[in-house]
Amino acid sequence: MTPWMRQSPTGSQRSSRPGCRLAWWHKMATVEVTFTPLPAHVRTARLVATAVARRSGVPESLLDEVRLAVGEACSRAVEAHRLHCPAEPVRIALTGQDDRFEIEVINASAIGASAQGQSASHSMTAPAGFSLAVIAGLADDVQIVETPLGTSVKMSWPTSGSLAAGSPA
Amino acid sequence: MALEESVDLKLDHYNKDGIEIVDVEGEIDVYTAPRLRELLIDLVNNGNYQIVVNMEKVEFLDSTGLGVLVGGLKRVRAHDGSLDLVCTQERILKIFRITGLTKVFGIHDTVDEAIANRKSEK
Repeated sequence: MTPWMRQSPTGSQRSSRPGCRLAWWHKMATVEVTFTPLPAHVRTARLVATAVARRSGVPESLLDEVRLAVGEACSRAVEAHRLHCPAEPVRIALTGQDDRFEIEVINASAIGASAQGQSASHSMTAPAGFSLAVIAGLADDVQIVETPLGTSVKMSWPTSGSLAAGSPA
Repeated sequence: MALEESVDLKLDHYNKDGIEIVDVEGEIDVYTAPRLRELLIDLVNNGNYQIVVNMEKVEFLDSTGLGVLVGGLKRVRAHDGSLDLVCTQERILKIFRITGLTKVFGIHDTVDEAIANRKSEK
């Protein structure tokens, strides 16, 4: 499986399919990305997230933070998926609206938050807690919650509404 | 001696005044960090316990990379050695500050400064 992404037409449509597993993802993201849980694809996710953040109006001075935070969240997700559900893709939703740019990384590992902690502690290279410390230090707003799709790491940054509105198509 | 070269990460190392200098260029992330880790392990296994990692050309560093550096520091300290860093890029230094690692690593502006500091502490 290779990374793919989809751009929504409006950025705010809702899923109306009853019983659809993705119905939980109530807001259609500006761009959604799924990728095979392999470390090589984390860089791709970073590049896409940075590009969408820039287009959504996130100030240039914050783009490094966006790039690093999404990389951290994706690295955690990849580790957890490789341990617990290597056949499931990592999902990212990138949404720019209401003067905020939001990134949501879904870790589909069934064990959820405890699995993430376990994977970090078992990692060959990253001590447990580093990743979360970096994310918390970078993103304006961080929420980690259990969802029907798995553990969701949601981060957001302010945008400049006028810059976003003025961007050419 | 160039050990490894790829699109994402270039690693090189040489000895200067008895201290092993590791030049790192590119991105250190979950994909590339294992290569840096292998290099640091090889250096320690070959008896190099005084190491300076030059990060002036590092464009991206995440927590996996931090973990590799911490692991390298742990290995050299087991032999009473040292692992210092050279970095002046604010966006890289910020990650060290967020994680509190500025108190763990000696971080210098130049390789020569790192070497001089290490020699003065001997």
